[in-house]
Amino acid sequence: MIKKREQIVFKYSEEGKKGYSLPPLDVEKKSYIPENLLKDENKGMPEISELEVVRHFTALSHMNYSVDEGFYPLGSCTMKYNPKINEKISSFDNFLMAHPYLPYSLVQGNLKLMKTLEDRLKDLTGFDYFTLFPSAGAHGELAGMMMIRKRLELDGNSRKIVLIPDSAHGTNPASSHFAGYAVKEIPSGEKGYLEAETVKEYLNEDVAALMMTNPNTLGVYEKDIKEIAELLHKNGSYLYMDGANFNALMGYVKPAEIGVDVLHLNLHKTFSTPHGGGGPGAGPVGVVEKFRDVLPVPVIRKKDGVYYTDFNIPRSIGKIRSFYGNFGVLIKALVYIMELGAEGLKKATEFAVLNANYIREKLKDTYELPYNTKTLHEVVFSENSFKKFGVKTVDLAKRILDYGFHPPTVYFPLIVHGALMIEPTETESKTTLDDFIDVMKKIHKEAEENPELLKEAPHYTPVKRLNEVLAAKKPKLKYKEEE
Amino acid sequence: MRYFPHGKNSIKQMLEDIGVNNIEELFEAIPDSNKRKTEIDFKPKSENELMEYFKNLSEENRYPSYKRFLGAGAYEHLIPEVVNYISGKGEFVTPYTPYQPEVAQGTLQATFEYQTMIANLTGMEFSNASLYDGATAAAEGILLAWRVTRKNRFLIAGSIHPEYLQTIQTYVKNLGIIIETIDWDEEGRVSKGDFEQKYNENVGGILIQSPNFFGIIEDYSWIKEKIGENKTLLITAVAEALSLGILKPPSFYGADVVVGEAQSLGLYPSYGGPTLGFITTSNKKFLWELPGRIVGETVDADGNTGYVLTLSTREQHIRRERATSNICSNQAWCIIRASVFLSVYGKQGLKELAYQNIQKANYAKEQMKKRDIKIKFDAPVFNEFVIEVEDAEKVYNSLLEKKIICGIPLKWFFPEDTKSILITVTEVVSKEDIDLLIKELEEIK
Repeated sequence: MIKKREQIVFKYSEEGKKGYSLPPLDVEKKSYIPENLLKDENKGMPEISELEVVRHFTALSHMNYSVDEGFYPLGSCTMKYNPKINEKISSFDNFLMAHPYLPYSLVQGNLKLMKTLEDRLKDLTGFDYFTLFPSAGAHGELAGMMMIRKRLELDGNSRKIVLIPDSAHGTNPASSHFAGYAVKEIPSGEKGYLEAETVKEYLNEDVAALMMTNPNTLGVYEKDIKEIAELLHKNGSYLYMDGANFNALMGYVKPAEIGVDVLHLNLHKTFSTPHGGGGPGAGPVGVVEKFRDVLPVPVIRKKDGVYYTDFNIPRSIGKIRSFYGNFGVLIKALVYIMELGAEGLKKATEFAVLNANYIREKLKDTYELPYNTKTLHEVVFSENSFKKFGVKTVDLAKRILDYGFHPPTVYFPLIVHGALMIEPTETESKTTLDDFIDVMKKIHKEAEENPELLKEAPHYTPVKRLNEVLAAKKPKLKYKEEE
Repeated sequence: MRYFPHGKNSIKQMLEDIGVNNIEELFEAIPDSNKRKTEIDFKPKSENELMEYFKNLSEENRYPSYKRFLGAGAYEHLIPEVVNYISGKGEFVTPYTPYQPEVAQGTLQATFEYQTMIANLTGMEFSNASLYDGATAAAEGILLAWRVTRKNRFLIAGSIHPEYLQTIQTYVKNLGIIIETIDWDEEGRVSKGDFEQKYNENVGGILIQSPNFFGIIEDYSWIKEKIGENKTLLITAVAEALSLGILKPPSFYGADVVVGEAQSLGLYPSYGGPTLGFITTSNKKFLWELPGRIVGETVDADGNTGYVLTLSTREQHIRRERATSNICSNQAWCIIRASVFLSVYGKQGLKELAYQNIQKANYAKEQMKKRDIKIKFDAPVFNEFVIEVEDAEKVYNSLLEKKIICGIPLKWFFPEDTKSILITVTEVVSKEDIDLLIKELEEIK
């Protein structure tokens, strides 16, 4: 029997219950700390037995949908299979128990692992250097934009503006802002990609950089990218590429070869490390030679056969977080890269593109494609085919839940009305795709014949549609006993 | 390739349905001039080969046979096996950010419970759903204070974790924010004298860490008194979250915002990551200025309790360049580990665990003092302290030869300080090992 609801953990609590065992203290007890620094009790913390904790979290786990359970076609998120060997290897004792301040001589394995990952990422993208320490894509963007700013500053003028297409992820403008730039949004064009001509119009001496996602959030390859890079460089500006969608390019395009100066990758997307319900991820940043001396500290180097981390980089943007990033995530990505090899990674890209185009082909007569341009790893439909039935994209998404699939990304990119953004990834079989396609068609029919069914969806999930407006209006962010 | 579920027939059929002859045709949208010019050549490995390769690589980490007295922002504590068991469930490992709350109540409720517990431990009302780590949390804390107070001058205790300070400097330097540090006094605490010299009403925030980088428990109610009615936020950083299990919470000292690192609550050191940054506050006015995800309670269409991501108009996906932070993916899975850890240890266990840290570290400190090993700062400490020797690096290296990592020479962070060593003793270190360290130190100090 699977529970549909689970009480809050604090309700299991009773004075005197215990869920832990500690070894006896082997030193003589003394009172070292003045009483005024100590608290009386841990107010608001539970007392629960171990079995109750296990049951509680097991019940919670049953209320989660996950890649392990089924198809998760969230566009832009690359919800591919998370190989189990990644988890096993990243939990080897000698990795897990390593303290970040151990002397280099005793953690050569870790340093070599990171250096090897850097090398593989360089192979795949063509960049000269990588920093592995950003903890997520947005963190990589921030580090990347800071490097661009620092480079420009060292060359005399940090400039003021970053150009960002209107189809971009929200993190792009936010990261630029926190790097000290004003953001100028530019239209991504009727064909669904940014045209070099458009970029020309926006270029001036204040432009520090252009941030673009390629393929962009419509799944369209930015075919003018090389020309755009040349325009930018002529203007003394740089090209930042958001590599969130690199799963569409492995083995086909090396961004550094087409004029990209700085790029971040999302190891938790392209390189199979799990999303964990929203992290931890890793957002390594690749740069061309010009940025060598502004990389964040430290940089991993090898001298006389020994790996070490170099903190002495006077022009570096500095430290972007503590220690060496989300090291555990880096391990998983390297395991994946080594399992597939260069050919396997290219195959991953090919099947990702094949799967997305298959869905596009099968659904394009039912749902409206806002752009007719060819797409790679994902496809975006608009609300136009079902809006007329009084049904919104959110209703459709909630109805998908009833059929046991996770819905696509909705209402993004912002340039498509009521967008449904589907990214199947390469790890899904034709059977799964066919089932999903059938469901999508069936729901479209339901929208026409029985729109209420969608508006009241979901019907079969552990909870019904949740009131998000109420949550924001009367924020309740913590449990209180008296309630 | 075991991760690709396509049989020959499927591929053929899909290509046919799409109307192309082969997969390469699907890549025609990429101009030839853009296609890769250089080869990529590394071979695949089987599962078995991978296991062997990484086993060997992990064994190139030769530290396990060494006795270790390391902390400074990353701590080894006893983690109940149940934490590994539950956090290892695919249902917690493999979902995305809970954008569809109806099928993510597990992650959402666990996060709500975590928010409750971390808020309670810090003595606050509101917590977000994680930041990358303690260093970026400290930076986000400063940025929050900057937005709220509209002041751009900040005082930061020189005794906070040096990597936190460095990270803050990286985060603020393009935003016109000025950071000044406050010295520590001869006892290792924030210097009142230096504070008084530097503080005035133009300061937007004061960030101090307790226990500080030298392990010292700060007693800092005086700071709040000095601030008085001024619009200056007091931000407390906690790099060793386990200390919250026994020490007075930052709220007691009047902290407006608490930031920190909760790696201690259920995560292994893992060479410094993944980590678990947190930020909490009691001020309702700051709610809309918090960075990152936040989970809130609500009801569903039938009136049943449920949880959702909330206050999202603060965030980058809606507010873009005007967002309170650029953070998107955070450290969600680490929250599951912390939730389980906090649930099993609970009210008593946390106290007991924290108590063991105090006892062991202070035993070590006291014994060293007795043997004339110089304790640099004599104020009360939680689980780490600083000793002074003639030549820290020399002592460190000679003990290393004896397979003891005695701590961290502070020279690594404060180049002018060639004498100090930061020693950490948590509950995982036995008395026998402490005594051994003391004996060896006594011989070569």
